[in-house]
Amino acid sequence: MGEVIVVTSGKGGVGKTTTTANIGVGLAMAGKNVILIDTDIGLRNLDVVMGLENRIVYNLVDVVNGHCRVKQAAIRDKKYPNLFLLPSAQTKDKSAVTPEQMISLTEELKNQFDYVILDCPAGIEQGFKNAIAGADRAVVVTTPEVSAIRDADRIIGLLEAAGFKKIHLVVNRIRPDMVRRGDMLSVQDVVDILAVELLGAIPDDEQIVISTNHGVPIAGSRTPSGIAYGNISRRILGDEVPQAKLESRRSILSKLTGHFRRSERRVAQA
Amino acid sequence: MKRFRIFRFRTSGGIAKERLKSLLISDRADCSPDMMEMMKKDIAHAILKYMTIDADHVELCIKYSGTEGPEKSRYLSAQIPIRDLKHVSC
Repeated sequence: MGEVIVVTSGKGGVGKTTTTANIGVGLAMAGKNVILIDTDIGLRNLDVVMGLENRIVYNLVDVVNGHCRVKQAAIRDKKYPNLFLLPSAQTKDKSAVTPEQMISLTEELKNQFDYVILDCPAGIEQGFKNAIAGADRAVVVTTPEVSAIRDADRIIGLLEAAGFKKIHLVVNRIRPDMVRRGDMLSVQDVVDILAVELLGAIPDDEQIVISTNHGVPIAGSRTPSGIAYGNISRRILGDEVPQAKLESRRSILSKLTGHFRRSERRVAQA
Repeated sequence: MKRFRIFRFRTSGGIAKERLKSLLISDRADCSPDMMEMMKKDIAHAILKYMTIDADHVELCIKYSGTEGPEKSRYLSAQIPIRDLKHVSC
């Protein structure tokens, strides 16, 4: 019996789709049978992030309406034969699917796959309700920004109200240099504010943009974000992986200027 | 008081944290920031009867005890700066 995970955030553009794709690849690399479902009907994106946009024949709406079987709609990944994508429809809207249909779909898929990962649309409306309906656990993605954290807090409240017991946090786009100088909330700050367990933090990495350009997820590569996503997948599998410290090493110069700043402050306070 | 300010608002990250704290309390409690202000004033007013506090810098926060599942319960936490401990008269 597989597990159904919904990747959600509230706010758009924080990295839900990238996180879904990379968790999927990470789990597939570990030998698990994985299917990713893009539930963002009308605005499908997971197909391009996975680089599978040219292979779509049927979609999620076709499956739930019985126009085709899951096997016909699911697209096998280019690299991992045990990773599949069930793409969303581009021409319909969120009302094309109901929460009940999603529950029966995920129940069916649980029997065939180890992990069913749902990429949730932004917002808290119908699309969100559809995506969470059949999920066993949730991964909430946020960035260290006030707007994204506020929306994540709202989403966590809604997930708790819906009876979710396992809610985990991914803090995306951390800039260690900005955290160090105090111009960005740290991962610990975000965890303290939202009070949910941390699954992992992803550093802001230009390689993510490059990987999306190519349509090849970054998980498994020797880049900072690739390693971070790999660790997240291992934690989902239940491995104890220590959280990496996203604090870049300070140069002698910055240590010195930091020292001077502190001295200045002490003088100012005196 | 100025010294207090330097400590708390020295970085934009600190400002973000402060803003989020007050934002999330009104979001979580589903009441407007104005109402939170009224509540702060009322609490300060009540405490002022017993000790000298800095009524302008009372901070309210809704926190969680425990991080997972049903044990997670919410509580209201207030941070009230005491101006002069010598004047505590209970």
